[in-house]
Amino acid sequence: MKIAIPVDEKSLETSVGQSFGRTPYYLIYDTVSKESVFLDNSAVASQGGAGIKAAQTIVDNNVNALLTPRCGENAAEVLKAAHIKLYKTIKASIKDNIDALNEGKLSLLEDIHPGFHGHGGK
Amino acid sequence: MKIAVLSGKGGTGKTLVSVNLASVAKESIYIDCDVEEPNGHLFFKPTDIKSEKISIKIPFADEKLCKGCRKCVDFCKFNALAYIINKLIVFDEVCHSCGGCVIFCPEQALSEKEKIIGEVQRGVSENVAVITGILNTGEASGIPIIKKLLCGIPAGNEISLIDCPPGSACIVMESIKEADYCILVAEPTLFGVHNLNMVYELVRLFDKPYGAVLNKCLEGENPAENYCLEKDIKILGKISFDSELGTLNSNALISVRENKKYRDMFSSLLQIVTKEVQHEPVINP
Repeated sequence: MKIAIPVDEKSLETSVGQSFGRTPYYLIYDTVSKESVFLDNSAVASQGGAGIKAAQTIVDNNVNALLTPRCGENAAEVLKAAHIKLYKTIKASIKDNIDALNEGKLSLLEDIHPGFHGHGGK
Repeated sequence: MKIAVLSGKGGTGKTLVSVNLASVAKESIYIDCDVEEPNGHLFFKPTDIKSEKISIKIPFADEKLCKGCRKCVDFCKFNALAYIINKLIVFDEVCHSCGGCVIFCPEQALSEKEKIIGEVQRGVSENVAVITGILNTGEASGIPIIKKLLCGIPAGNEISLIDCPPGSACIVMESIKEADYCILVAEPTLFGVHNLNMVYELVRLFDKPYGAVLNKCLEGENPAENYCLEKDIKILGKISFDSELGTLNSNALISVRENKKYRDMFSSLLQIVTKEVQHEPVINP
């Protein structure tokens, strides 16, 4: 299974990024081959709709599951349309979350937030 | 003459100033551009209201024609489009209606549909024509409504008061674009100075003539007044922190219609403002 995790740095030792759409990088990890690839998040500085663009990147990388602390409704809609499963991360460490997923200890992310669709100055 | 009333944050007294100035004028137009939470109508209680729905254009895709080239997805700076499993998804509330995706689609698979985002209400309250913009909850931008509100406002001597949204974002820029004069309303606090500075920088950027009204003035030092002196901002008037005025206002009453004291105060403020506007050279005759 191919999974994606928003991360702060391009390293397996880094912590989970706190925003799905605005995180600087994604870790794409294959749970079978143990192969890992880091992607730049091209949506990080978007004027708006970062979650949508980020989700498109995740979909285009043929990911099966996303591990994230939170996710906005627009991103969730894109991911749902691509049948990508959303799991809620439980710890800061990447490795702990991957282990937890492998052991079936991660629960599905249910609380999809309304997103921050502000356009400055409100 | 179009007079815009603005401030860096809500609750400083934009509506108080614009509603009362509009009411003391012999005849005037009051335009509520604070489309996210218009409240001028609560004071005016206008009658003979005519509503007009405002819509924007949103793209929609013909799935049979779409070949999945993603030119539209890549073009959209607001990321309102995604292409997932051979299907284009449009996020209506993220779209800014620029129409670029429709132009760029090489297959002519995209066309535009109308989407209602709010309305403009026109009514009358005694000597004031009251125009209110209302943006539906959840919509991204009130700009199309403000454009509609301000089109057809006469440029001559007739007085129009434009009650702006708070802040200095694009929605405020749109509201002051055609204004002949800007009134900056400020509170007597350090936070008030910060907010005054935001709108001060904005009106300078737009090269608009401006002056300040200091609201809620107390005894003693007034940081907003100091700021005006320091930046050489003309102080048009001062409104004291006054529980009687506050009570009238919180009961949604127009103070100039209730009490001669306030009628005199806002009359003289209007005179000062009118004089200021006339002193300004005409930029676009």
